Amino acid sequence: MHKTGLGLLHSNVEKESILNSLHIPVESAAFENGLRVVVAPDRAAPVVTVGVYYNIGFRLEPRGRSGFAHLFEHMMFQGSEHAGKMMHIKLINSSGGVLNGSTHYDVTNYYEAVPSNALDRVLWLEADRMRALKVDDENLRNQRDVVKEEVRVNVLNQPYGGFPWLDMPPVAFRNWPNAHNFYGDFADLDAATLADVQQFFRTYYAPSNAVLLILGDVTPESGFALARRHFENIPAGPLRPAADVSEAPFEGERRGEVEEKFGTLPGIAVGYRAPDRRTPDWYALAMLDQALYGGRAGRIYRKLVLEQQIAVDAGGGINYPVGDVFDYNGPALLVGRLLYKPEYSAEQALAAHDAVLDEVREHGIDRDELEHSKVKFRSDYVSSMEGGQGIPRYGLMHYMACFTLFDGDPHLVNSILGGFMDVTPEQVRAAAQKYLDPKRRAIVIRRPTKKGAA
Amino acid sequence: MATTPRINIKSPELDAAVPALGPESAVIWPPRTRHQLANGLEVVLIESHAIPKFTGILYFRSGNAVTALETPGLAEITSAVLRTGTAKRTSRQIEEDLRRMGADLGTSAGSDTSAISFSGLAEFSSELLALVSELARQASFPTDEVERERRQMIEGLRIERTTPSFLASERLRHVLFGKHPYAFISPTEAQVEAYRREQLAGFYSAQYRPGNALLVAVGDFSSPAMRDEIERIFGSWAPAEVPQPPNPPLPKLQGRRVHFVHLPESVQTQVLLGNHAITRQHPDWLRLSLANSLYGGAFNSRLVMNIREHKGYTYSPGSGVHALRQHGYFSVHAAVRNDVVAASLAEIFYEMDRMRALPVGAQELDDAQSYLTGVFSLGLATQDGLAGKLSGIYLERLPEDYLETYRDRIRALTAEDVLAAARAYLDSANAQIVVVGDREQVLSQAALFGEVTEYDAQGAEGN
Repeated sequence: MHKTGLGLLHSNVEKESILNSLHIPVESAAFENGLRVVVAPDRAAPVVTVGVYYNIGFRLEPRGRSGFAHLFEHMMFQGSEHAGKMMHIKLINSSGGVLNGSTHYDVTNYYEAVPSNALDRVLWLEADRMRALKVDDENLRNQRDVVKEEVRVNVLNQPYGGFPWLDMPPVAFRNWPNAHNFYGDFADLDAATLADVQQFFRTYYAPSNAVLLILGDVTPESGFALARRHFENIPAGPLRPAADVSEAPFEGERRGEVEEKFGTLPGIAVGYRAPDRRTPDWYALAMLDQALYGGRAGRIYRKLVLEQQIAVDAGGGINYPVGDVFDYNGPALLVGRLLYKPEYSAEQALAAHDAVLDEVREHGIDRDELEHSKVKFRSDYVSSMEGGQGIPRYGLMHYMACFTLFDGDPHLVNSILGGFMDVTPEQVRAAAQKYLDPKRRAIVIRRPTKKGAA
Repeated sequence: MATTPRINIKSPELDAAVPALGPESAVIWPPRTRHQLANGLEVVLIESHAIPKFTGILYFRSGNAVTALETPGLAEITSAVLRTGTAKRTSRQIEEDLRRMGADLGTSAGSDTSAISFSGLAEFSSELLALVSELARQASFPTDEVERERRQMIEGLRIERTTPSFLASERLRHVLFGKHPYAFISPTEAQVEAYRREQLAGFYSAQYRPGNALLVAVGDFSSPAMRDEIERIFGSWAPAEVPQPPNPPLPKLQGRRVHFVHLPESVQTQVLLGNHAITRQHPDWLRLSLANSLYGGAFNSRLVMNIREHKGYTYSPGSGVHALRQHGYFSVHAAVRNDVVAASLAEIFYEMDRMRALPVGAQELDDAQSYLTGVFSLGLATQDGLAGKLSGIYLERLPEDYLETYRDRIRALTAEDVLAAARAYLDSANAQIVVVGDREQVLSQAALFGEVTEYDAQGAEGN
């Protein structure tokens, strides 16, 4: 047991090494109001990263309010009790730091990377907006306009915008939380009121539904002490309401088609239901995902783009493309995505993709291929501990937040690799047969409305 | 949760005042070594032991500008094909060897450089460097891979021609650089059709030479041992004289003009405007960097606060200073709602003119200086960040103490410096305004700001 110096906080230090584990120092605690706190000290550079993750994403936004979780994320930068509009941005930038937030299926995050002399200030700001949001109608109108331009620049005025992350859920899923437009219909964005904002805040932004993470140039003692000073007396708030995000298993093949207004190539995406995280199948399917969709060495890119040259681009993976294997906590898909040459039909493109999957269902993958996929997976994972999104230790923060909120244990970040490294070729083959079922899947086709170049 | 029991602690009420910053920590850049092999290869190494990986970039100081006047995009397709075969390995072997080493590798070319960037597990660093050396020296340019890449490039071009930000950049570079190689950021389909394998191989053998190269490596290694490895792997690489890219004069741009690219059915309008500025060697570079940061280079900059946070016209506006090797330019970008194109341009120019007319206040100046110096030090925390910072310095042959003195030099700048830089380089009177959008909906708004030349999305003039 590591002593934090406060003598009051329980903390955890590393267990002794096991094969394929990491040894990142991580200490964690929980306050009486339910806030979880994680500190990962690394004094190598005078820089600290702070994240606050709330256990709410676009899956659970209110019905009739599609896009609200993301709109709400914008509102969190619009002013809190003691820091009015623009103060969050101004105080972080003028401290020499950067900040942002992002909305995911099941979490929403707010984070800052700053020189470590600004840590006290950053925590003060995050605590202030966890305690009380202070926004008005004008702020809401302003950010509604900003969000609409965000949707236009990323989706509506962009070739292949939202393909397939916005196209796939309504085809694949039947339960509204999983199946709606996560960026939001404009009519729903317009319908959002300030009362909705405050209600959402009260429902989901309580300390008991959040984890605070402090990473980098901080000692556990001072990290916990500062966290305690700023967050510990925030009222606990209500517990997060229960929600039903369950989704019946696929029966048959579900198909949808979306017009591609700008791009010249047709596209096709195929989705298969992925298993729940941290189940034996999940580890195996993640290794199969690496072997199939792991860059230019992956079977899909190699066969379809490099060898057969049916596709011009190919990608995919579990929770692809807006999430990854770790950051979901509800029904998810293993998705493959192709842009293919216009001389092929959608059926031909699909058949080529199917042939690659048929091969692994029948024969699995080679032992070497599996071992090399593990090496690449491990290497990518290690890199994510250091950076990501241009933010020091973003990946470490992101995964520890998910492990805390979904699994109750940030220390999984050090041990989770073991489960992937233990996967056998037989498990991969079994997972292929169980999950890559051509009779249970969702397919989305993007069909260009123009022929060739405009 | 089992690992985090809840404990009752009393703590004081939240203080209503913003906490002051603590004392600044010293920013100590890790020691680096720099040396040159006998064949001219320049090598810069930094040890970084936080994770068991290493990352590196092998740069060549030759990019698309070398051949842009005859064969635009040649450096780009050369870099794309070089990873698809060597004297020793097929494309599939290369990709599977990379996976076996847990490595990522990218090949790319910009206007002034071609690069092979790589990262992998430290335990494979020698093997990965050997592969990088093979790609840099023994690429075989298989005919079928050239054909595959040619087709992919054409399909990619067709998609780029529907992408507003690409169309805007392409047009601005044409306008600012005229007959200079920097005018061309992309070839035409016909030019891609005309590439011959010999042209790729010729560019490669002329430009991928050690005296033209810089190797930056950061990672979990011992510098002396890495130095020996690099000597062993790259030492036998034969040097050769490398031809320099042409540098014809730039067009003289007098007065604002509007360059309108019609993209039918656009539900948003991409605005990009710019003017000639300076390179990184110029003594005004940091002054301009600071002026840019105040204007539109940071989240809390004037432009972002105005057209995003006050007016809600756009999601991610900004400004930037772009230093190419021979010339630089300043630009401002925003993807805006169709009905506020004129309103957005009015604010963009208002904020430029305010920067040029009035000295910045003391607090705002201090905040912007803190932003630049702080963000600069964030680069210390990752191998990627370190490699990026080093590359900028050694590629552009900036002073050896650039990193160490950067913060002090930013801190020393005054409101007068910012005003002078804004007057010289935020050239609102001669800004070239590119607007990409639907003619029916937005052309009349754009035309309020200068004489209009129209283009279609294929780059052809007229309508």
